[in-house]
Order: sequence, then structure tokens, then C-alpha cells
Amino acid sequence: MPAIVADNLVRKYGDFTAVDGVSFQVQPGEVFGFLGPNGSGKTTVIKMLTGILPVTSGRGIVDGIDVTNDPDGVKQRIGYMSQKFSLYDDLTVLENLRFYAQIYGLRGKEAERKIELTMQQNAIEPYKNRLAGKLSGGWKQRLALSCAMMHGPKILYLDEPTAGIDPVARRKLWDLLFDLSGQGITFFVTTHYMDEAERCSHLAYIYYGKLIADGTPETLREIPEVSPPGTRRFEIATKDVTSALRRARTLPFIRSATIFGRSIHALMQDTISEAELQRELEQAGVHPEEIRPLLPDLEDVFVELTYRRQSELEGSRAL
Amino acid sequence: MHLLNRNTESGTEVAWSNNPFRGFRAIFYKESLHLRRDSMAIMFALLIPIVEMIILGAAIDTNVRQVKTVVFDQSGLMEHASDVEGSQSSRALLDRFRSSDTFKIYKYVYSDEALTHEMVSGHAKVGLKIPYDFDRQLLRGDSAQVMVLVDGSDSSVAGQTLNVASAIGLDESLRRMLPEGKQPAIDIRPKVMFNPDSRSPNFFLPGLMTVLLLFVTTMLTAFSIVREKERGTLEQLFVTPVRPLGLMMGKIMPYFGLAMTEMLMILAFMRFAFRVPIHGSVLLLLLLAMCYMFTHLSLGMLISSKANSQNDAMQRSMGIMLPSIFLSGYIFPLDNMPWIFYLMSFFVPATYMMQISRGIILRGAGFGDLWMNAAALLLMGFGALTLAARNFKKMIV
Repeated sequence: MPAIVADNLVRKYGDFTAVDGVSFQVQPGEVFGFLGPNGSGKTTVIKMLTGILPVTSGRGIVDGIDVTNDPDGVKQRIGYMSQKFSLYDDLTVLENLRFYAQIYGLRGKEAERKIELTMQQNAIEPYKNRLAGKLSGGWKQRLALSCAMMHGPKILYLDEPTAGIDPVARRKLWDLLFDLSGQGITFFVTTHYMDEAERCSHLAYIYYGKLIADGTPETLREIPEVSPPGTRRFEIATKDVTSALRRARTLPFIRSATIFGRSIHALMQDTISEAELQRELEQAGVHPEEIRPLLPDLEDVFVELTYRRQSELEGSRAL
Repeated sequence: MHLLNRNTESGTEVAWSNNPFRGFRAIFYKESLHLRRDSMAIMFALLIPIVEMIILGAAIDTNVRQVKTVVFDQSGLMEHASDVEGSQSSRALLDRFRSSDTFKIYKYVYSDEALTHEMVSGHAKVGLKIPYDFDRQLLRGDSAQVMVLVDGSDSSVAGQTLNVASAIGLDESLRRMLPEGKQPAIDIRPKVMFNPDSRSPNFFLPGLMTVLLLFVTTMLTAFSIVREKERGTLEQLFVTPVRPLGLMMGKIMPYFGLAMTEMLMILAFMRFAFRVPIHGSVLLLLLLAMCYMFTHLSLGMLISSKANSQNDAMQRSMGIMLPSIFLSGYIFPLDNMPWIFYLMSFFVPATYMMQISRGIILRGAGFGDLWMNAAALLLMGFGALTLAARNFKKMIV
């Protein structure tokens, strides 16, 4: 049984369709990355799949429970952590945890046991008597995560969990997520960071209310819109990238080329071998230090898909 | 309460999920912790009332006494032109003024200019001018005129002094007209009921209690929810199984407790420090005050459902507090208001509480006299709560 099923979800606000027939499935234990620009309907989908917002049509099933029939049942089974730090600054770590234990209906000995367990899992025990407002950003997020998983939910929604925290804390939080997903917890994560998207085991991309990509990072890199048949990608490392780019673009078999740091990413006809490329580049006055075949990265994928969808939308509007 | 869910699969979950107050205990626990750490709130509830009571109860006296009065008595000047001031009859009249407790003659002047100067400079609130022909007119049996100048810049002083001066004039005239030993035909014997000594604390403190309870109930509850909006924690709460009723009640109850504590403290202070007698039932007073608190807690909820920042909430609270002070009969009597304000006073909850607290404390009124006020309060409270609940629902979607 999938952990989360979105089946043709639609949400309308008057005439405006915020979410337009979104479908996907998330399997248990997956780290599902839900991406999309701000205002694309991301938050609306989350709200529907957490039982806060009624769906206009379609079905949402979370941990086997239908969000329309039993929104409270869904709320009891999930944990949610929002983008800004949303715990109580003037309560201590322990008091915040106690509050969430009570909210999910845990009482007495069982509550104490669960609090103890969660503190161990997230290693926040040493800070338990500190006011939440006095914690650093990374620890605050950890506390928020602890609160969200206090009642032992199998599914956790994290809405931009790493916005505004430092790289080390970010890395640690992701390590923790993988740890927990290894224990069977399903994560529904939104993010704007591509490196975080790369770490997800399953990705979906929403744009203007429609889902335009759904798959693992690997399958997304290979989708034909991004890598058309008969082409290959190469990374060309060289000294003077700016002039090298200008020269490389004169070669007829190179379809497109862009600079990435100290190298050039080029999309070209797959009839040309690496040795031929090397020779042609030398002739054009570029001296490559290294040439490697390359998969498109996720940013390429999403940018390409967004452009395509945009021109589709403009096309339909012109009609 | 102990059969709330232990395990998501067990049957006890049913009891948990059907409870419309679900989440109440958690919110109550958390809110009490907030309150305990919020020294501003505690100060608002427990310290400010005492200070206000001291100011209004001890320092302000609305009774007009010992008003500074200057006298220009011309009547004696003609006859003596010496150190003896005034004539015999004018001195008798001035003695009446002196013994009235309303006037305090602090200076005699000897010219119109000096009299005007004393008034303009504000040294004197009242000026008496007795003309040179005062005695002659009296002897001839004509009407002798006495001029009374009153400083109108303080309307309550002006009103009272004028009344007392007229009464003295009338009384003195009667005495001269009636034959020796005969009493006036009508003898008015006034008795001020409920507050026989006309003590200001008796009048002010029951009203002040009504006004003070506003702050804790309306403003602090409004703040407590708006703070969560600002922090984003409210959004987080919506994703938990807390029910709206549980959330609201959990928020309201700690402040209700604080308001009750405040009220008991005010009552004790009023009774024992200011010696304001409580003629009616304290229990009834507490019971009806609960209706009033309910109304204002609901209004606080209503404000917080609309306001998006603490500043916004503050201004909206002021919109409720100012009418409560000025249109409730606390300072200005309702009966003298222009009809439009009089009508508005019916929509101010404090108006009803003012009736209740003065009624029970000063007049010893019972439930039979006051139930309409309580009903009005409950009606407004439920109205506000319904509106608030509707706004909260809209906010989620």
C-alpha cells in the first residue's frame, strides 16, 4: 500500500484553478521531494494532503485514510513541520515536547516514554531545559522535527525544512532524515535547493497547478524533453572558459553550451565520439584539459521543463 | 479524560476523535506556561488595578468643598470707611456662605479691578460682590442684589457653587419674610440613599472594576492568538488534531482564571482598604461578572480572528475599550447623553456590567433586578464567539 496517493487532485478558488488534476504516489520509506516555484500550487497540495483544506475534486489517500472522509484521522497519523521555526520561544525544549505529546492525545507514562525516545532519536536531550528561543537555527529545526514526530507518525511533511539554516546543520538534518526513512518513515519534503532535491529518492515538480515531472532523479535526467534522442552531453574542462565557450559554439555539431564553474556543459550530436570532439576543439583553438560524458543535472531538467510548459501555456492562451 | 487514545489502532481512539474539545488540555497547559512567563500580563492584571484604585479611590473627590472665594463688600465702605468690613446684614449673609462648607472666603478686595483680577488669575473660583446699598434696600423692603461670579472653566464646580449660592439666597430671604418663630410651609429633608455620605470611592470603584476587567479579558486574549499568527505557530496547530473549540477554550480559560483572580483582588481591596460596603450578594456579583468576562473574552477572540499583528490587535482593542469607558455610564451619566450616544450605550457590554456592579455593591440588588443585564451580556458574547469561529474557519481555507 502506498503511503500517499494523490489521484487527480483539483482545488479551485472561484474561477481560479490552483491545483489542476495532480496525481502521484509515494511509497513507504521514500524521501519524496515536492518541487516547484512559489505560487505554483505546492502549498495547496500539502494542505489538501494534510487534511486542512477540502479538495474540490479527486482523491487524496494518506496512510490508507481518505482526506475527504476523515481529515482528523489523517491529522492524527501525520507529522508536519513548517518552513519557519514555529515552536514556542518562551517554552523550554521539554515543555514544547510535552505540549505536542498532549496535543496528539498522549498521556502520563506513555507520553514521558515517547518524549524520552524522541529526545534520544534527535539527540536533543542535553538541551531539554533550555528555552526554545535560545537554541541555534539547526537545533530549533531538530526540536520542530521532534515535535512533529512525537506521536510516532509514519508520514512526515516537511515544508522547506532547511530554509535559512547553515550548511552544516542542513547536512546533519538530511542525514537524520535518511536515518529515519531507513526506519520506515515516509518523508514529503519541499525545497528550493537542487542539491537537496538530488538526495531525494523520488521527485515531483509542479508548475502552475500541473504536475510536469514525476520520477527518481535518475529517470528525470533521462527524460526525452531534456535529452532529445541522438544527442549526448559532455563536460569540457578548460582554462579560459569564456573564450572557449564562444569558440565551441561555432562548431556545427554542438546544439547548446553553457558555463558551469570552470567548465563547459555541451549538448551535441551523438555521432561525434570523444576523440573527434577533442580534435575539433583543438582546431577551434580550445585546449580541453578533460572531456567527460555528462548526465543533465536536475536544474537543467526543471529549467527545461518550465520553459516548455510556459510556451505551452502561452500557445494555449494565443488560441 | 483518561480514556484518550493510547494506540492509534485501539477503540479508545473513537472517544478521542469525537470530542469537540479535543486539544483543550494541551492548549491550556501551554497557555498557562506562556502566562506565567509573561510578566507584562501579570502586571496588567494585578498591579495596574491597585494603582488605578488608589488614584481614583483616594485622590479624586468629586464633591465640591471649600471653594476659594473672594469678597468685595461695598456695603460697609459707605458708612464706616474704616477697618470694619461690611455692614451687619452683609456680614450675616457672608457667615451663611462661610458655614456652608462649599465656600471658603480667603480674601477681601476693595475694588472691581481687584475682584476681576482674582478671578482671571484663577486664584478665586467664586467672587461675591455686595453693593453699597445692600442694607438700605433691605431696610426699605426692596430686593437687595448680590452678585456671584463663578469660574465656568470647571463645570462641576460652577454648577454646584451656583446651586448652593442660590439656596443660601432663598433661605435668607425666607427667613426675613416669615414672622419670628414661623417655619416655611414646605420643609425638604433630603436623604441620599445607598451612598449616604456621597463618598467618591463608593461611586467610582464598582465602575472602575468593570473597566479594569476589560484589559485582561479583551486585550490579553486577543494578543495571545495574534502572537501565534505572527510566529506561524497557529498554522502548525491547524495541522494537528486540535479542534477549533478546544483551541478557543484552551486559550480563553487561563485568562478567565486570571480575570477572576483580578476581580477577587479588586473586591477585597475595595471592601477592606477603601471600606466600600457591599450590600448585595458577592456570589451573585461573581456569577454575573462571569457573563461579562465571557462577553469580553469572546470579543478578544473576535479581534484576534481579524487582526494580523499585535499592533493591529491593540488598536482594535482600544476601539472596544474607549466606548466602554465613556459610553457605559462610568464617568458620564447615560441619561444626559444625546440620544445617539444613549442608543450606542446599549451595544457596549460595560454598560450592563456597570448596572450589575453598582446595583449589587451599592444598592443590594438581586438577580430579579439584574437578570436582563446578564442576558444581554450572554447574547453579545455568543454573537461574538460565533463570528470569531466563522472567521477562523475562513482563515484555514
